[in-house]
Amino acid sequence: MASLTITSTRGDTKTVEGTAGLSVMEIIRKAGFDDLQALCGGSCACATCHVHVHPDDFARVGPANEDEDDLLDSSNERTPTSRLSCQIPFGPALDGLRVTVAKEG
Amino acid sequence: MPGQPGAARFDVLVVGAGHAGAHLAMSLRQLGFRGTVALLGDEPDWPYERPPLSKDYLAGAKPFEALLLKEPEYWALKDIAVLRGRRVVSVDPTAHEVRTGDGAALGYGVLAWCAGGVPRRLPCAGSHLAGVHTVRTRADVDLMREELATAARVAVVGGGYIGLEAASVLTEMGKAVTVIEMQDRVLARVAGEPVSRFYEAEHRARGVQVMLNTVVSRIEERDGRAGGVRLGDGTVLPADMVVAGIGIVPAVQPLLDAGAAGGNGVEVDACCRTSLPDIYAVGDCAAHRNRFADGGSVRVESVQNAVDQAFVAARAITGAPAPYDAVPWFWSNQYDLRLQTVGLSAGHDAVVVRGEPAARSFSVIYLRRSAVVALDCVNATRDYVQGKALVAGALVVEPARLADTTQPLKALAAAGRA
Repeated sequence: MASLTITSTRGDTKTVEGTAGLSVMEIIRKAGFDDLQALCGGSCACATCHVHVHPDDFARVGPANEDEDDLLDSSNERTPTSRLSCQIPFGPALDGLRVTVAKEG
Repeated sequence: MPGQPGAARFDVLVVGAGHAGAHLAMSLRQLGFRGTVALLGDEPDWPYERPPLSKDYLAGAKPFEALLLKEPEYWALKDIAVLRGRRVVSVDPTAHEVRTGDGAALGYGVLAWCAGGVPRRLPCAGSHLAGVHTVRTRADVDLMREELATAARVAVVGGGYIGLEAASVLTEMGKAVTVIEMQDRVLARVAGEPVSRFYEAEHRARGVQVMLNTVVSRIEERDGRAGGVRLGDGTVLPADMVVAGIGIVPAVQPLLDAGAAGGNGVEVDACCRTSLPDIYAVGDCAAHRNRFADGGSVRVESVQNAVDQAFVAARAITGAPAPYDAVPWFWSNQYDLRLQTVGLSAGHDAVVVRGEPAARSFSVIYLRRSAVVALDCVNATRDYVQGKALVAGALVVEPARLADTTQPLKALAAAGRA
């Protein structure tokens, strides 16, 4: 099993077992974080599942794809390690991944 | 016991457990509301998201559990009583009480009506036959999927988003699909002609038969179920399944019966208050004055509207009102095409095509009195993101500049004038 550590916009942190095959968005949603809206349900049609990947973990996750990159541009909260969590498939290779839910805006 | 199912009264009773209702209940807790909250829905399931019903869920690409807005335990954790499988049939605004279909009465301090709508039935003989489907609930789609195992030919009535999304999934499943649209183009109610013609061509290229200017006069019966569609000219199109995607009727009758102002939906003010005391309405069923509809009264059927209005209502309920003024946005997935829309295009008086539809990546920009009011972006996420500022500011930009793909819309937004 592989784990994932999630920090909310308020700074609460929770480590959960991640299910392989789900996206990081789905895992965050299952973990009960309600500051991650994920309004389009993972269609890469909005930017409401924006997370900041811990810089030390970013190489394992990799950069955003082209559409995702454009959507992330709509956020004033974008940083160099921003990703849309619906576009990150979780798996054993991401064990220990740390992400922080981005503020809206 | 407060907050438990079966309690006779809740400080806030949310009716409707779709995106609007679920987000309203969640927003109340996020805003620190400590009173009792119930979320009542007429389906047996925990709150889930509907958009995948006509997309990934119909295709079998996502299990139902992936559609749940929250894990079932979440609701208990937030002390939100989820009352499933119950429908409100009447509202007594004086007594602050609703009655459900099973005859039970539930009291409320505030009633938040988020009941959405029910699919419009085909207004012709045979519309109640087995094999005639709508796409609104999990049960609708589960039944469709069951029957699809033995259905080869599907007639989709209505060329709107739902009909076309279903057509794309069914075509990719190998079904022989016909789309029957009474207007002279698909998406006629929601998009401009270039978008309509593009989607029509995409569907035709994949083998979908698209019949325009065509009305359905009855659903023909075969062995006790739908066997075909009789068209206005008398010809019969054989079909093993009929899917009706002709819009929804807002589910507001109990409120109207109780005296709420409305008709096509229930009227709400900028803070989602109806004309009845302590009754709010949110989402698909709420007719509101919308800045992006030229100030007209509209119902907006979208996740964005449901969620943003839910937050507005939650703020008003918790004593911190702020008016609804969010930029509308929508999406539709068909085949490998992602349509993203920002703004409301109804009432536009000019259209600019940006990019080449033949390249399968382009945007259609809608103007009203020279100002940008909406964009439909097909596989053009950058335009969608950057065009939002044009819509939000109702900016006036020369059509020739909007059409110039060498200029990012971001640059025009910076230079445009309101």
